[in-house]
Amino acid sequence: MLLVHDIDVFHGDAQALDKVSLEVPERCIVAIVGANGAGKTSLIRTIAGMHRPASGTIRFKDRDITGLPSHEVCDLGIGQVAEGRQVFPTLTVAENLAMGAMIQRARGHRARNLERVYAMFPRLLERASQAAGTLSGGEQQMLAIGRCLMGEPELVMFDEPSLGLAPAVVQDVLRTIRDLAEGGLTCVLVEQNVAVSLRLASRGYVLENGRMTLSGTGEELLADDRVRKAYLGM
Amino acid sequence: MNPFTLLARLVDEAPRRALVLLAVLVAVLLVAPVALDRYLLSVFFLIFWFATVGQAWNVMMGLCGQLSLGHALYVGLGGYVGAVLWVKFGISPAIAIVPAVLVAMAFGAAIGWLGFRFGIEGVYFALLTIAFAEVTRIGFDNWSYVGGAAGFFIPVTAGGGSAINLRGGPLLFYYVALALMVAAFVICAALRRSRLGHAWLAVREDPEAARALGINVFRAKMAAVIVSSAMTAVAGVVYAFYQSNLFPSQSFDIARSIEMILAPIIGGLGTLFGPILGAFILTPLGQTLIALVEKIAGRAIPGVNLVFYGAALMVMIWFAPNGIWPWLKKKLGIPEERS
Repeated sequence: MLLVHDIDVFHGDAQALDKVSLEVPERCIVAIVGANGAGKTSLIRTIAGMHRPASGTIRFKDRDITGLPSHEVCDLGIGQVAEGRQVFPTLTVAENLAMGAMIQRARGHRARNLERVYAMFPRLLERASQAAGTLSGGEQQMLAIGRCLMGEPELVMFDEPSLGLAPAVVQDVLRTIRDLAEGGLTCVLVEQNVAVSLRLASRGYVLENGRMTLSGTGEELLADDRVRKAYLGM
Repeated sequence: MNPFTLLARLVDEAPRRALVLLAVLVAVLLVAPVALDRYLLSVFFLIFWFATVGQAWNVMMGLCGQLSLGHALYVGLGGYVGAVLWVKFGISPAIAIVPAVLVAMAFGAAIGWLGFRFGIEGVYFALLTIAFAEVTRIGFDNWSYVGGAAGFFIPVTAGGGSAINLRGGPLLFYYVALALMVAAFVICAALRRSRLGHAWLAVREDPEAARALGINVFRAKMAAVIVSSAMTAVAGVVYAFYQSNLFPSQSFDIARSIEMILAPIIGGLGTLFGPILGAFILTPLGQTLIALVEKIAGRAIPGVNLVFYGAALMVMIWFAPNGIWPWLKKKLGIPEERS
């Protein structure tokens, strides 16, 4: 569904991504793991059209989307749940969700998607008229995910969805992602929680210093000595 | 959507008590002139005028989060275009409003494009707006066709002239400015509930998150500058005909830019009632102070109201940093503005 081929990305003079390639099949969870500063967020932002790659191509559903601006990429059905949740703090939960449905593809399906999101996260319905900044961390993450789903995406990129959440809530979030994938959504999951994300994913990639050093199925990577040493402390 | 359903929706969604308050206010203001003398009429003109430009500025800052400290630019441009077309070509300001608005929009678009295209944000964007106002002031200072630094004057026609050409006394300007204030309020209320208004709020709250949701941040910001500059230019035309004179050193002055933004800040940034409330509080106090100082000192001391505004701003930030309207709204039991 998504095909990233040999992209180079620079932030000023510093190279963030070096010949990175990635393949995300339809209805799968693909995990990208790596240390801080390895380029995971750069990769997500580049796919989302927020950075322009210096070279290489990005294809989505057999269409070249390299260099398209972010609002056009979103409108093709690529959503993202950005790192740190990024809800609009002074706007209400309902307003936050409405912001997710601003893009053209989602406008007509607003009522249906809202119903779906509220059914998935009943807590959000309870707090619909509450300012998003007053929600707990876990609720804000639910809101961020719900807001993204309001955009009617076919592929969602999750950037560190469990960051800063209580362990019990982390389980909720990951279960949500698994349920979404089972419901037909294609997911890219960037997680510091390597063991869990690789177990969840059908395919994983290891990103180190801007390069893809390893790839394979989730189980293969979990069994790989280098992964076990570097990320699982075994 | 036709205007009637739009209006019905506005009435439907706005807090009821706030609407009652507003209706009473407008009704009182419509009949008030019977009890007002010329001086008070002109004070009310200033209140309405500052509420209007405050509302316009609030579109950029309060809704979209873009700080402009050069809004006098659009007042001056609107004023000059309207005045020059009337004096030199005999074109009625009722028509000249169109080119006046277009010129201001072009300047707004230029500033916006430079700022937003090249990622100039926050304070640096504010500096850009100041720079544009200053450069334009210098340009008009040296442009002899419009009188240069010596100013440009609109002759006061004998017998008052006709209302459609904005030639008349304080009563005419009272009603014109009242209409502007009401129109600005209705426009902003409609915008806030529109898709564009939602995009502005998203950009104000978190531009990165807005981008991640597929909102075209550049276009939203451009729309904010253009709408804001257009609304300000209309007020600028009216102000020029009210004053009947234009000086570059006043029209494009940063002091005026600052004075314009005080009402929305003190009333409540990003709220619809804030600019109106702020103007109703600040302008009468400022005018009273000017009159008082003149009486005590025996002569007018220019800028004394600005000193007062500065003090008011400091007190405000201390006690109600979000502005008076959010505080008052809570006291009156008016629920949050829903969108």
